[in-house]
Amino acid sequence: MKVYVPLDSAAKALGADAVAEAIRTEARSRGVEVEIVRNGSRGMIWLEPLVEVERDGVRHGYGPLLPSEAAAVFDTDHKKALGPVEDLDWMKRQTRLTFARCGVVDPLSLDDYEAHGGLAGLRRALEMSGETIVDEVKASGLRGRGGAGFPTGIKWDTVRLAHADRKYIVCNADEGDSGTFADRMIMEGDPFTLIEGMAIAGIAVGATKGYLYTRSEYPDAIAVMEAAIRVARARGVLGVDVLGSGKVFDMEVRVGAGAYVCGEETSLLNSLEGKRGVVRAKPPLPALEGAFGKPTVVNNVISLATVPVIFEKGAAHYASFGLGRSKGTMPIQIAGNVARGGLFETAFGMPLGDLVNEIGGGTRSGRPVKAVQVGGPLGAYMPVEKFDTPFGYEEFDGQGGLIGHAGVVVFDDTADMLKMARFAMEFCAIESCGKCTPCRIGARRGVETIDRIARGDGAAVELLTDLCETMKDGSLCALGGFTPYPVMSALQAFPEEFGGMKEAAE
Amino acid sequence: MPQPSAVPLPLPDAQEIQALIDSQLHLEGPLLPIFHALQAAFGYIPESAIPMIASALNITGAEVHGVMSFYHDFRTVPAGRRVLKICRSEACQAVGGDVMAEAVLKKHRLDWHQTTRDGALTVEPVYCLGLCACGPAAMMDGKVIGRLDEAGMDRILTEAGA
Repeated sequence: MKVYVPLDSAAKALGADAVAEAIRTEARSRGVEVEIVRNGSRGMIWLEPLVEVERDGVRHGYGPLLPSEAAAVFDTDHKKALGPVEDLDWMKRQTRLTFARCGVVDPLSLDDYEAHGGLAGLRRALEMSGETIVDEVKASGLRGRGGAGFPTGIKWDTVRLAHADRKYIVCNADEGDSGTFADRMIMEGDPFTLIEGMAIAGIAVGATKGYLYTRSEYPDAIAVMEAAIRVARARGVLGVDVLGSGKVFDMEVRVGAGAYVCGEETSLLNSLEGKRGVVRAKPPLPALEGAFGKPTVVNNVISLATVPVIFEKGAAHYASFGLGRSKGTMPIQIAGNVARGGLFETAFGMPLGDLVNEIGGGTRSGRPVKAVQVGGPLGAYMPVEKFDTPFGYEEFDGQGGLIGHAGVVVFDDTADMLKMARFAMEFCAIESCGKCTPCRIGARRGVETIDRIARGDGAAVELLTDLCETMKDGSLCALGGFTPYPVMSALQAFPEEFGGMKEAAE
Repeated sequence: MPQPSAVPLPLPDAQEIQALIDSQLHLEGPLLPIFHALQAAFGYIPESAIPMIASALNITGAEVHGVMSFYHDFRTVPAGRRVLKICRSEACQAVGGDVMAEAVLKKHRLDWHQTTRDGALTVEPVYCLGLCACGPAAMMDGKVIGRLDEAGMDRILTEAGA
């Protein structure tokens, strides 16, 4: 009997390890032979720990399972039985391209990976020239999934055409945005796809070394990635002769140290080099002078993890999904105060309200939704009035927001928007690298100004607006430049909560 | 804020420090890996390591100190025997994590970054554990915990000796 119990951090945080142990004990007492596979998460976090039992090749789900309910998996008719997992509405409504294997395979089995289409992309890329690989990525329409949305193929081409004795692929796995966990999930659930994507990038641009820069807050992801790299190296996917092609590519994991700003690419590069994680002015672009002064591709985990499926199924297949200039799919992470939270990969274009209400099922508390913050701590608060906005880069930009890394954090009507605006400024003040004045000083003044508004000083609202303009236009990077998004969106959508305005009107 | 030095300071041995520094020198950009190795061994970065690192990397002591102090993770004094990191990000706030954490900490007469008097436990804020769909979230010595409630956190703190 084959049983799947996720090793994903979210599943573990909800008791998956104890559930696995309880199933083992239960099986022993029943005299049943069980093979427990620790898979990644399917993304239905509200059902975690989601245990699956394979019967006649079909995986039946049970969840959310408590250790005391371990007997359920030996029973087809338990109250926690969900039926075939693939038939669940949440699964059926998705287009899983990047996350096709996540939750399905044993994350550290390279054979499992290959049996599910893995390495087909890398094999194809190894037959191609650097230029045709880059053209394929361009044709797929893939844009940076870290938030900036820059076309991945164009970035790769810049690095490919740069002349240097050494080039690097740096994977930005510094996923610090609240409400996002897609990078963590793929690293824990399907690490080989990221390794394969980095290898394809390396082959394309002529880089022989890759760094995966991730977070100390993700100990489980670090462990899985390091183990997967060892397997990939032992099996010839990484090393001096990638899959027998004679081409060289190897990679290692580097761990950050709790600085949010290191998710910004130039700050990440400084950190990787052993410096303070201070933002660098651009130009020079990292593509020309990146890690250790060499041409460097810096891509987000999801961008790189999407590359293998583009090469496996073809750029045209990938580009056939999506909306306008937002091609392909996005793993959207529905989080916060939500009934059904998790990761939902879908083609761009689904209206925000459908994601929150239909997919997410509204709030966990059962109270009305007040607003959702999309795109992490630097993303705008979108009130219910903006729920018809289709999920896409340009569409959100047009509504004064951003999709960022596609985290959607739901708040119910008890949320205090002035407090959330203050938190955004406070967070920026704590995490500012200190390089540019609008961010370093602006965020502190921002906290003070919001405190003035809270005390009923209506005149401070104009000051806050002006300060936000300065931060937006004058900051070197997105930390200072985008902190105005949550602040101003909260102020504009909920002016009555910024008490000073009310008083000013009286 | 000054930490009560209830935990007896482990005496870091210069040879051991040097060995840990040397073990990372083959890497490109070895400074962060060196800090991580030292902190993993001693629980903090001993002051005596600063000039040794500076000498190994041929940079100034000020530079080493500057890098170390930039990052929230690196400590100059040992933490408690156990470290509880509680997420304070928006997703956890949306499910009342911040309010709950502050109430429970107050009950145990602890504040953020503080260590209990007997050195049993240090409580730290963390900005996102990636457990945003099952908050409020926390991590005890690297072990993740989701959907924390007041009773759960109370139990964790009590068990840890707070």
